[in-house]
Amino acid sequence: MSASAIERMKFDDALAAFEPVLGLETHVELGTASKMFCSCSAEFGGEPNTHVCPVCLGLPGSMPVVNASAIESTIRMGLSLNCSIASWCRFARKNYFYPDMPKDYQVSQYDEPLCVDGYLDVVVATDDGPREFRVEIERVHMEEDTGKLTHAGGDTGRIHGADYSLVDYNRAGIPLIEIVTKPIVGAGELAPLVARAYVTELRDLMRALGVSDVRMDQGSLRCDVNVSLAPSGEPWGTRSETKNVNSLRSVERAVRFEIERQAAVLSGGGRVVQETRHFHEDTGETTSGRSKEHAEEYRYFPEPDLVPVAPTSDWVEELRGTLPEVPSVRRARLQAVWNISDLEMQTLVNAEALDLVESTIDHGVDQAAARKWWTGEFTRIANEQGIALTDLPVTAAHIARVEELIADGSLTDKLARQVFEGVIAGEGDVDAVVQARGLVVVGDDSTLLAAIEQALADQPDVAEKIQGGKVQAAGAIVGAVMKATKGQADAAKVRTLLLEHLGVDG
Amino acid sequence: MSVISDADLVRQDAATLSSALSAGDITSVELTQACLNRISAVDGTIHAFLHVDTDAALATAQDVDRRRAAGEELGRLAGVPLALKDVLTMRGVPTTCGSRILEGWPPPYDSTIVERLRAADVVILGKTNMDEFAMGSSTEHSGYGPTRNPWDVERIPGGSGGGSAAALAAFEAPLAIGTDTGGSIRQPASVTGTVGVKPTYGAVSRYGLVALASSLDQAGPCARSVMDAALLHEVIAGYDPRDSTSINAPVPDVVAGAGNGDIRGMRIGLVRELSGEGYQPGVRERFDQAVAMLTDLGAEVVEVSCPHFDYALGAYYLILPSEASSNLARFDGMRYGLRAGDDGEASVEEVMSRTREVGFGAEVKRRIMLGTYALSSGYYDAYYGQAQKVRTLISRDFAAAFETVDVLVSPTTPTTAFKIGEKVDDPLAMYLNDIATIPVNLAGNCAMSLPIGLAREDDLPVGLQIMAPAQTDDRLYRVGAALEEALLDKRGHALIEEAPAL
Ligand SMILES: [Zn+2]
Repeated sequence: MSASAIERMKFDDALAAFEPVLGLETHVELGTASKMFCSCSAEFGGEPNTHVCPVCLGLPGSMPVVNASAIESTIRMGLSLNCSIASWCRFARKNYFYPDMPKDYQVSQYDEPLCVDGYLDVVVATDDGPREFRVEIERVHMEEDTGKLTHAGGDTGRIHGADYSLVDYNRAGIPLIEIVTKPIVGAGELAPLVARAYVTELRDLMRALGVSDVRMDQGSLRCDVNVSLAPSGEPWGTRSETKNVNSLRSVERAVRFEIERQAAVLSGGGRVVQETRHFHEDTGETTSGRSKEHAEEYRYFPEPDLVPVAPTSDWVEELRGTLPEVPSVRRARLQAVWNISDLEMQTLVNAEALDLVESTIDHGVDQAAARKWWTGEFTRIANEQGIALTDLPVTAAHIARVEELIADGSLTDKLARQVFEGVIAGEGDVDAVVQARGLVVVGDDSTLLAAIEQALADQPDVAEKIQGGKVQAAGAIVGAVMKATKGQADAAKVRTLLLEHLGVDG
Repeated sequence: MSVISDADLVRQDAATLSSALSAGDITSVELTQACLNRISAVDGTIHAFLHVDTDAALATAQDVDRRRAAGEELGRLAGVPLALKDVLTMRGVPTTCGSRILEGWPPPYDSTIVERLRAADVVILGKTNMDEFAMGSSTEHSGYGPTRNPWDVERIPGGSGGGSAAALAAFEAPLAIGTDTGGSIRQPASVTGTVGVKPTYGAVSRYGLVALASSLDQAGPCARSVMDAALLHEVIAGYDPRDSTSINAPVPDVVAGAGNGDIRGMRIGLVRELSGEGYQPGVRERFDQAVAMLTDLGAEVVEVSCPHFDYALGAYYLILPSEASSNLARFDGMRYGLRAGDDGEASVEEVMSRTREVGFGAEVKRRIMLGTYALSSGYYDAYYGQAQKVRTLISRDFAAAFETVDVLVSPTTPTTAFKIGEKVDDPLAMYLNDIATIPVNLAGNCAMSLPIGLAREDDLPVGLQIMAPAQTDDRLYRVGAALEEALLDKRGHALIEEAPAL
C-alpha cells in the first residue's frame, strides 16, 4: 500500500493546539413491518423491486399515509433520549433530483421535528477510571429512506465512471429516524472515544426499545460524523462531514483521523474546506467528497399530502410507560446481580454478549458458564467467520442442554465444544449432534480399565514411577487413555481409576 | 330497440337516462353507442377527448345490461356514460395529464374516483383533454392541441378541464369528472353553459389524481344539470384512508339538496370584491338578473365584504407554482413516460434535464420556475410564507361572511369565452380568469358554477358561482336547484338546448 498523500499531525500534538468539536447525525431504519407511507414490507433485502407499490414508487397520483407505528417508535426513542415531544408538527418535502428518489423529493421533517432537546449520558474508560459525558440531543425526526443504487461497469463502484446504474426501490420509503446531537465540546483527547461511546449507547438503547435491529453492517444504523477544530481563542472552526461511517470502530477512527488531518491543515496555514468526506474502512482515512461551501438548496416546505402529526399528551404518557430500562442502568444492575468485576463486565459489553448471556442465564445456566461460552469459544468462532455473535446459530437453549449433559457426566468440556461445532455447522440440535457424532463420554469402568491396563502395559516404566510415589507421572497414562478413547473419556475419572488400580493415593 | 333516436338520447340528462335505463326503455349499450357515435361525429372538431375507450365502455355497458336483466339491484347511475379528465389514473388506460412527458403511460392502478365509478357501474367513455398538468384556463396549453368550445368553435372551452366541459356541451357525454385547483371545473362550466362543482377540500379522494397543487386540488362532478351533478357527487365523494387529507365524516346529502330548491329565508351574500371593474357588462347584467331572481325566490340578499380576496390571485400564484414545482419533479425520464437524449453518453442529470426540456410545455416550465424561486431559501418567507398568511386571512374572510350569510354568490368568470389564441401569450390576462374562483380553493370550502343565460354582447354563456362553507356542499345544490328551476320557468327550456348543433 502506498503512503497516503493526506498530511496529518500527531494526535497528541493536534489536541495540544486545537479543541475538537463533534456533531453526530445518526440514521436508524425502524423495524416496522411496513414502510413509512405505504403498506409494503419494510423487510431488509428481497428480490430487487419486489417490495414496491404505486406509493413508494412515487407513481403519479399516489399519496402517502403515515405509518402510526413509526411515529410511536420515534416518540419512544425521543422519550428515551429525554426529549420533549412536539404536540403538533409536520412533515416537509426536501427537494432534489436523484434517481434513487422516486418522487425527486424526500418526505422528511425540517423545522418542526417530532422530538427536541434531549440528552444521552455516555461513559468512556480513561486511565483515571470511567468518565461520564452528557451528549446533548438537538432533535429526533422522521423521514423516508431512498432506494439503493448499484453502479455497474466502472471500477470504482461510484456513479462517475459507471456504464449504467441499477435502482432497487425496496428500500425506498423504509422509515428512518435521524438523531442529531448538539455540538459536543470539551471532550478533548477523549473525543474519538466519546463519539464511539455515544453511537454504542444509542444503538443499545434502540435495541432495548425494540424499534430497530440497529445493524451497522446492514446499514440499518448509519452515522455521519462532523468534526471541526477550534483554534485556541476561537469558538468554532469549519467542519467536515464524514458520511456513512458504518461501524463503531470506524466512528472512533474517523474522528481521530479528521482531528489529525484538520490540525495539519490549520497549522500549515491552510483552511479547512466545508465538505462531505468519505471514510475508507481499509485505510482508516477520509477523502474529499462534495463541497458544501455553498449552502444546499432543498426548497423545504410543509408536505401538503399529509396532515400534521399531533400526538396527544395521554398517548405520549402511555408510551413513556412502555420504556425499557436504560442500558447503562441495566448494565449496573446485572453487574451487581452477577457479582462480576468492572473488567468482566467490560469484556461482556465489548463482546456484545450481554443480551446473550442474560438470556442464557434465564435458561438456567450458571452465569460463569454462560459468560465463558459467549466470550470465549463463541466469540472466537464468530470472529473467525467474520459474523456477529448474534448471528451464530447457537441459542441459549443449546447451551442449557449442553450444560445439563456436562453436569450429569455425559459430556466433557472438550466434547461439548465438538457438540457446538456440530450445531454451528448445521448438523442439528444438541442431542442430534451428540447422537450423530457419537460424542459420549466413555464412562463405564470396565472399558476404561481395559484402556488403562493397555497403557500401563505399553509404558511399564511409568507404572513403576507411579507406584514408586511419583503420582504426577500418572499424566502420561491418562493421556494415553484419552488418546485411546478419542478424547471421549473424562480425564479426571481416568486418573482416579488409574490410581485406584495401582493402589496409590491421589 | 329503443324508440328514442340517438340524437335525442345524447341530449338527455343523466337523471332522465337513469330512469329510462331502469324502466327498460333503453339499454346501456344503446346509450353508450349513441355517445360513441356522437364522439365520432363531432370530436374531430371539438377535440374533447384524448383517448376513447370504446371496447371497455361497451363491455361495461353490456355487463350492466346483463345484470339489470338478471334482476340485480343497481345504482342510480349504473349504465350512464361519463367522460373522465385525463388527470385521473385508470388501470391500463393511458393517462397523460395533457402532457407529452407522460405520453402512452398506462398507470398500473385505479384512482379512488375510478374505483368508485366502477363500483357504481358508471360507463367510462374515455379521457378528456386538459391544459398540461391542469395549468391553464383555456385548454390551449394541452400538449395534444386545444379543445374547442361547442358554443363557438373559435373560442376556448375554459380550462384546465376544457375537455370535460366541452364533452358535456357537445352532448358527447351526459356526465364528466373534472378537477379544480383554482377554478378548473367552474370556469369551463361557466363558459360552456354547464354545471360544475368544486366540493369541499377532502370530500373527494385525491388518490390517483395526478397532483398539480396538493393543498388546492379537488376533483368534482361536471354535468348539464344541478341534479345530475349531485348524483355524480354522491358517487365519488366519501372518506378514503389512502388520502390523508380526506374528510372522515358523512357526505352532506347533496341529492336531497338538489331535490329541495326551497331557498325562502336563506341569506345570500354578494361579495363586493368580486364585482365591478374587469367584469364584462353582459356578464354583470345576467348576474344582476339572477340575483334579483334569488330575491324573488324568497332569499334575503345582502352585500358582504371579503377584503383579502384582492390578494388571492397573488397568493395563489405563489402557492400553486411552489407545490407544482415539487409535485412535477418526478417526471424526470427515469422510471416512466418520456425519456429524451439518452444517447449512452449523457449523464443522469443531462437526461433528466433534456427530458424535462422536451417533455414540458412553456406554461408548465414557467410555473416550475416560479415555484422553484418562491421556495428558495432567502425568498421562502417573503413569498411562500406570506402567501400562506394571505391564505389564512382569506379563510377568515369567508368565516366572517358565513357568520351572517348562508352562501355567497359572484359571477364565476369576469368574461365569457374568449377567442383561441387571444390570451395565450399573455399569462397575466389568462390568470385573471380565475380571480373569482381562486379564493374557494385557498380556503378549502365548496362552490358551484351554473349557467344563468347568455351575455347580450356575444350570445355566450354566463355562469354564476355559489360558495358555501366547508362540508355544507348540499347548500350549493339547494340554491343551484332553485335558480335553475326559476331560469327554466322563465326560458321554457334549459340554456344548454340553445347550444349550436355542430
Ligand atoms: Zn409501497
